[in-house]
Amino acid sequence: MKAMSDTTKGWLLASPLTLILVVFLIAPIVMIAVVSFWTATEWSIVPAFSLENYQFLFGSDVTYRVFFNTFKYAAITWAITLVIGFTVAWYLAFHIRSLPVQIALFLLCTIPFWTSNIIRMISWIPFLGRNGLANNMLISMGVVDEPVEWLLYSDFSVILAFVHLYTLFMVVPIFNTMMRIDRSLLEAARDAGASGFQILTNVVLPLTKPGIMIGSIFVITLVMGDFITVRFMSGSQSANVGRLISNDIALLQYPSAAATAVVLLVTVLITIGILLRLVDIRKEL
Amino acid sequence: MEPRTRSFYVLSVFFALFLVFLYGPTLTIAILSFQGPQGGLTFPMRGVSLHWFVDLFEEQAVGDIWGAFRRSFMLGLMVMVTTVVVSVMGGLAFRKKFAGNQFLFQLVIASLVIPSILVSLGVGLIFSQSGLGVHWATSGFGSQLTWTLPFGLLIMFAVFNRFDPAYEEAARDQGATAWQTLWHVVLPMIAPMLIGVALFGFTLSYDEFARTLMTAGSYNTLPLEIYGMTTNVTTPVIFALGTLTTVFSFVVIGSALLAFWLMGRKRAKLGSDAGRGV
Repeated sequence: MKAMSDTTKGWLLASPLTLILVVFLIAPIVMIAVVSFWTATEWSIVPAFSLENYQFLFGSDVTYRVFFNTFKYAAITWAITLVIGFTVAWYLAFHIRSLPVQIALFLLCTIPFWTSNIIRMISWIPFLGRNGLANNMLISMGVVDEPVEWLLYSDFSVILAFVHLYTLFMVVPIFNTMMRIDRSLLEAARDAGASGFQILTNVVLPLTKPGIMIGSIFVITLVMGDFITVRFMSGSQSANVGRLISNDIALLQYPSAAATAVVLLVTVLITIGILLRLVDIRKEL
Repeated sequence: MEPRTRSFYVLSVFFALFLVFLYGPTLTIAILSFQGPQGGLTFPMRGVSLHWFVDLFEEQAVGDIWGAFRRSFMLGLMVMVTTVVVSVMGGLAFRKKFAGNQFLFQLVIASLVIPSILVSLGVGLIFSQSGLGVHWATSGFGSQLTWTLPFGLLIMFAVFNRFDPAYEEAARDQGATAWQTLWHVVLPMIAPMLIGVALFGFTLSYDEFARTLMTAGSYNTLPLEIYGMTTNVTTPVIFALGTLTTVFSFVVIGSALLAFWLMGRKRAKLGSDAGRGV
């Protein structure tokens, strides 16, 4: 048998993967880009070359406000998940000394990832609602006299849900990089007289940067592309770009949805491009 | 061993609170799903009953959730098998450092970071405009793969980065063909990790919402059905459904972990026969 070159073998093995990504990732993106130049009537979409969708998009105040809102959600969620994720990973990696306990606690943090996001969102209702647990607790403790209205269906609940859903995307990569830090480095720092806080900022934090970057990419893209959490947790009162798209879809305005989608995609890719300059993902696995 | 510092106890409390935050809401709806027939969506409990679970079996109360469950289960299995096979092949491919592998890798990462609503919209448009029609088993299946495959591949990368090629060389030296090496040496060694890939494939598909939204066609999967219920169902029946599907997820995760553990134990029992000859 004639020996195949590594490139032929490689592409043969990778052909199912490539095929799936071409058909279900590249082609759809191309389709969206094409349709974003089409026009729509009330009941159908018409092939054309028109810039009207983009003109409308960039000419509208709503667009800028909604994009600002999207960045706001992403930034706040990123900051909170980073602090919580780093602290949890730090605790698991450096304060738990037995490996089985470490694995068990780590699993405990990741299990919710394999359950339904929608159910996890719904499960906040009895907690945050007007007559929910949080309000009952606040009233009985005498903190407030009347139920707090902004707990549910507000920016607060949207961000709470984001943090609840996505913190583990921070915990996992940060924990992963922390576990590979050579413990003797910490010892050396301690011997050299570093305080716990100095070890954290001068040794662990720089070495954990790749994990932080990967977690950040996950959280930021998930939040920026989201539409369901914002819709559900804000009670349709707040909007982000994803909701703009899904509203157009609901009205069968596909060309306009596609134009917004293109702008969202470009925004996300630029953000990721900047983050990826700072880390080589493949080395970190 | 050094004594515990104060920061250990502070962090322990923080971690415990984090777990409460993570699991508290789910436990809350689990409790509330046992509301009495007069009970509402929040506390207090008005009696304890299985009323809302019984309701799940009545078509008038909840629509076709069992059909939706069957579809989600089937789709989950399809996505799981495809994810495992394609990820293993992809993982093997990337070991060859073939020309263009960097491009393919970037495509995989793109698949992970491109907002799911774009995949949903794009795949939906292609299938509806080309006249193929959207269906959960075709367009829905494909768009879910764009989410499960990157996870499967990243796991395979992690696996093969730690895989010692000496095992394959040894097999080759003894005259094994490439197929025999793969089948008798590589695959058995990575089998426990494949359980992980399968778990990702099934659960991510089973819970996927955004990518299926525009690609499932007229037959809903379970997450779509549940989402539909949130807009028009105002009784604890939705909590009962949520509890049931979460329990189902836990069973799936538990079985995967059990299988992983059993494999490890079996391996430890068999031990290594290195140096004992043939």
